[in-house]
Amino acid sequence: MNGPASPAIELRDVSKSYTRGQQTVAVLQGVSFRIEPGEFLALMGPSGSGKSTLLNLIAGIDRVDSGAILVGGTDITTLTEGELAYWRSRSVGFIFQFYNLIPVLNALENVELPLLLSPLSRRERREHARAALALVGLADRMDHRPGELSGGQQQRTAIARAIVTDPDILVADEPTGDLDRSSAKDILDLMAGLNESLGKTIVMVTHDPRAAERAHLVRSLEKGLLTNADLHLHS
Amino acid sequence: MASLISYSLRNLLTRRLTTFFTAGGMALVVFVFAAALMLAEGLRSTLVQTGQPGNAIVLRKGSKSEIESVVDRAAAPLVETRPEIDRAADGAPLAVRELVVLMGLPKRGGGTVSNVVLRGIGPKSLELRPQVRLKAGRLPRPGSTEILAGESVARRFEGAGLGERIRFGLREWTVVGIFDAGATGFNSEIWGDCDQFMSAFRRSAYTLVLAKLREGSAGFEPFRQGIESDPRLQLTTKPESVFYAEQSEMMAKFLRIMGISLTAVFSIGAMIGAMITMYSAVAGRTGEIGTLRALGFPRRTILRAFIMEALLLGLLGGLVGLAAASGLQLFTISTMNFQTFSELAFGFTLTPGIVFLSLCFGLGMGLVGGLIPAVHAARIKIVDALRTV
Repeated sequence: MNGPASPAIELRDVSKSYTRGQQTVAVLQGVSFRIEPGEFLALMGPSGSGKSTLLNLIAGIDRVDSGAILVGGTDITTLTEGELAYWRSRSVGFIFQFYNLIPVLNALENVELPLLLSPLSRRERREHARAALALVGLADRMDHRPGELSGGQQQRTAIARAIVTDPDILVADEPTGDLDRSSAKDILDLMAGLNESLGKTIVMVTHDPRAAERAHLVRSLEKGLLTNADLHLHS
Repeated sequence: MASLISYSLRNLLTRRLTTFFTAGGMALVVFVFAAALMLAEGLRSTLVQTGQPGNAIVLRKGSKSEIESVVDRAAAPLVETRPEIDRAADGAPLAVRELVVLMGLPKRGGGTVSNVVLRGIGPKSLELRPQVRLKAGRLPRPGSTEILAGESVARRFEGAGLGERIRFGLREWTVVGIFDAGATGFNSEIWGDCDQFMSAFRRSAYTLVLAKLREGSAGFEPFRQGIESDPRLQLTTKPESVFYAEQSEMMAKFLRIMGISLTAVFSIGAMIGAMITMYSAVAGRTGEIGTLRALGFPRRTILRAFIMEALLLGLLGGLVGLAAASGLQLFTISTMNFQTFSELAFGFTLTPGIVFLSLCFGLGMGLVGGLIPAVHAARIKIVDALRTV
């Protein structure tokens, strides 16, 4: 698919605006940049700067007004709704601020959920889901429903769900925004570990400077424009 | 194809109270629906079973019910001597002249008057109706004022119990036997000597002739042609079972139409209930829908999951309603059959067809109630849905 030279994600002149009543608000204006494979990128910026919109566009849950987004060589802006849904199920892992677990399903079933879209058998799905939960350190909490787990445990379950399909990209929207300091650190450790050991490309939107510190690269958005290219490289 | 059946099921189980009330509303409607059909079916099967296969009933041309029919004394022997009629062991034809009179009699406790069929029977009447069994007492002596009462008449009418006396036709009659005719209309009749009834009611003609045909149902067509082509007879004939089935048609149709129109109105309420439940389910789970869509579940899977949930609600309502309705089989209803103007006792009868229709009705209510909310759920934009978490 993508050779060593091609970027994991490439945005070409992406613009996006929303209509609020009579007004049209330009959220992103001609944003272009590349994210290399295995990169851990933090997107920062004040509220309303467009960072979440940018993340949604990269993850394929929102549509650009103009421009192109190439992920692993595929221009996802040209995909139909159905193709895009299929692409998300194979290529993107989601980590949300409020975990977004299904409350009526237990941890194992939540992690298994994305695999329902794969051709795997029930037994294989269960095996994959158990392995993913073990990887995030929740092997002993599989039967618990989200309501019976702490915030940190819920977010780890969500991370297990994000990686269970073995996607190339993980997108995280304020993954530590709802967590206490110690849980937030655990989650960031886990994400950094996934980035290093499994080579997952991670795009993370965050307000939290401590979270941003863990990324290789920090990009700031302001009023829909990329303002700088501050680079924080960690060993 | 990915399915979220366990997700749908789990959601219903989690919201037990809402599920209970919504399914309960639909169960009530299914109950009424099934009950009306069971009543119509009970009426039909009671009257159908009243007729004995292989028997033919001979009535005046154009008679829709026994009450309208007259078979005069001269015509009866002409019918009885038809060659298609079977013979008894003694060589006599297996045919009987009967008189049917309608009489208002007081009911037990309360004294309201209701019509009862009085049937003047002949010596072969019981032989021609093997479904009628003497349950208590004895048979009346010929030429006496002794009578037999059908089980449900004995139970419900004043003076109709065994050993009791009852007054009609300016005479006093003694009930010497109770007969059980199973689930047939005869259970709601009083039987006595035909000649005694004719003189008591000052009748000079019979009502009908009942005959057992030699070749069973196959012998009916020649018998009919013989009767109808005889210029001396102004009579017609029908297989006994067909005749009694027709007696139920109007009433059964009335019950069915009343039941269906009543439940149609009720079901609107239940469907609105289901719709409100499903709308609130969609509204309460908008964030979940967004998450599922983000994970890659296509719109149609979301649509199916919510429709499935509504169908499960409908199915649950249907099953509960049916279970309750099946309990009605323990009850017997007695009502006026408008076609014969006589009291008839019958039960609720549940058939596989009614089970199927009732379940379809429950599922249909679920589907109609759930469709719009499900479409709404499937059309929510992912980004908007995720914002509601």
